[in-house]
Amino acid sequence: MRKSLTVAVAGLGLTLAACGGSGTTATPSPGTPITIGVSVSLTGDFSSDGPALEKGYDLWAQDVNAKGGLQGHKVTMKYVDDASSTQQVVTNYTNMITSDKVDLVFGPFSSLLTIPASTVVDRYGYAFPEPAGGGPSVFNRGLKSVFFVQPAAIEDNLVSYSKWLLSLPAGQRPTSAAYATQDDPFTQPQVDKAKSLLEAGGITTAYYKVYPAETHDFSALAQQVVNSKADAVILGTQLPDALAFPQAFIQQHFNPKTIIETTGPDQGASFSDPLGANTEGVMVPAGWTASATAYGNDTFVKEYIAKYGGAAADISADAAEAYSVGQVVDQASARANSIDNAKLITQLHSGTYNTVQGPMSFDATGKPVGGVGVYIEQWQNGSAIFVYPTTVAVKPPEFPKPNWK
Amino acid sequence: MTPILEAAVLGILTGGVYALMASGLTLIFGVMRIINVGHGALVILGAYLSFAVWRNTGLDPFLSLVITMPVMFVLGVVLQTVFIRPLKTDREALSVLVTYALALGIEGLLGYFFTANYVRLHTWYDTASFPIGDFHVTYVYLFGFVLCLAILGVLFLVLYRTTFGGAIRATMLNRTAAQLIGIDVDRVSAVAFGIGMATAAAGGVVFGMTNAFNPGSHYDLISRLLTIIVLGGLGSLRGAVIAALVMLVTEDITSAVTSPVWASFVFFVVLVLVLLARPQGLYGVRVRDRL
Repeated sequence: MRKSLTVAVAGLGLTLAACGGSGTTATPSPGTPITIGVSVSLTGDFSSDGPALEKGYDLWAQDVNAKGGLQGHKVTMKYVDDASSTQQVVTNYTNMITSDKVDLVFGPFSSLLTIPASTVVDRYGYAFPEPAGGGPSVFNRGLKSVFFVQPAAIEDNLVSYSKWLLSLPAGQRPTSAAYATQDDPFTQPQVDKAKSLLEAGGITTAYYKVYPAETHDFSALAQQVVNSKADAVILGTQLPDALAFPQAFIQQHFNPKTIIETTGPDQGASFSDPLGANTEGVMVPAGWTASATAYGNDTFVKEYIAKYGGAAADISADAAEAYSVGQVVDQASARANSIDNAKLITQLHSGTYNTVQGPMSFDATGKPVGGVGVYIEQWQNGSAIFVYPTTVAVKPPEFPKPNWK
Repeated sequence: MTPILEAAVLGILTGGVYALMASGLTLIFGVMRIINVGHGALVILGAYLSFAVWRNTGLDPFLSLVITMPVMFVLGVVLQTVFIRPLKTDREALSVLVTYALALGIEGLLGYFFTANYVRLHTWYDTASFPIGDFHVTYVYLFGFVLCLAILGVLFLVLYRTTFGGAIRATMLNRTAAQLIGIDVDRVSAVAFGIGMATAAAGGVVFGMTNAFNPGSHYDLISRLLTIIVLGGLGSLRGAVIAALVMLVTEDITSAVTSPVWASFVFFVVLVLVLLARPQGLYGVRVRDRL
């Protein structure tokens, strides 16, 4: 009885292991079209970022097909809405890999969704280049298949800003800072690192609060930042709160010397349309701007405007980051002479890849290394431009920030 | 002004906006016994209608209500007639599915016409304020609060001072009995749904002036609006107003005194305590159904 039970359990285990399918993926025949699957947030909290990501991916697919495809394979993008849900994103990638049999997968928006998605994608042996999941918890789970296609690890995003503040002459330097951040794996590590750097540099903390990502009404929270009367305001935001805080500050006539938000001001028209002229002086850490001279950026901006309309200032950084994912995969597949996932994973762990965000490499965990870093972007006269460090600055930073209009 | 007092004032002003948005939801439930989970989408639709009017004509968003409220009223009558009225059995459960489908349809259409980018309604007074000490009271919230009082006042007058209001209240109390005494409950339901959508248009205007929004913003709204009408008592206008104020004031004071992390938790503790004492909510009517 016991023996038969053991055999049954072992058989079940073998069956599950076979169905679970860690390891190899099929390689398409030469010249056949391929499908790349992406879970995008077309509804829910990230419904503004999802379409921007889609535009970037589509533009890259158009470009790569125009030159004959990815290693001779014409590319079709397949998108499935995840409603910004951590459960749905897992379902989407599982279905795309097991049912739709897509050949490659690219990443979704945000660390929040990349973390659960990367686990399931890794299990199926797919490479997972992704544009927007850079929180520390993306890299500390021992996965070998995830590659974060941005110029630096997320927790370092506000290092440039901190260095700039501390480099200001003592008479001008802010003496106090207020911090408020979502409890999000993308935003909080950045703000916490900036806080430790600025405190070490002598800038006192007037206010520090972590708020749930589910917060809808920011007025009370913003009022506490106002009451802190801090010189510098550092906010760990996504787009909705990045719009709500300045609005509350304007209403309360609170104009700190400097404001930086982790995300929002880099979203082009999505940020500038609701705030109008009051974007002036607001900062964001960014690895990309429309005016950057990085590899292929000029072409990307021109093609984007030709395909989607608008102006360079309207382009969301999300689109550029998605486009970069395609660029990295294109170069890796050329070097590996294959689009086989296992070969791509091996290839991506070595070498340097050129993107519209600048060159970058990836360490054993998929964290970007050797990139040009994340700079400070500031809204000036209706456009977001690099203002620090001086090596990339289009103009010097506006400091103190001009008054609200 | 102390931080607690500031938080209370913010809570009352913001609570007025939520009361306006929740009033239509509770009215619709009261009359039709359906749970309209698409109400958040209707609020956002109202905000977008005002946005379209404002962008194309420059008309002040509050004045645009002269156009958008009648449009939403007519749309409400049509939606009720086409989608809700055919539900003859298991209305409460099926209505959730139907109104959720409506919400998804509205979200999709808004995304198609307006894109997923965030927008906001702008006026000359959307950032204007007057000081009380260091604290500034924002005109737009104040106007929104006054609008809330005005619209809810009109609703109360219609419900309690007109014959048609009597028909609505009779339908709310007992649909079958209302039919037996000759009330056309289908007509009453269609008009009530229209009124609910018209108030959603008004709520949407104030929401759109105080918050940036996109077609997906309704998900956040509906969960809060449903919580408000449960606390206030399903079907009670007065309950919706009080509950909205309780929710926002509790959350804002908790956020100011302790941490935003505890804001929702403390409110839900209040909600549970109220429901333990009064399962029908603050002003709800306890209904005994036949077993």
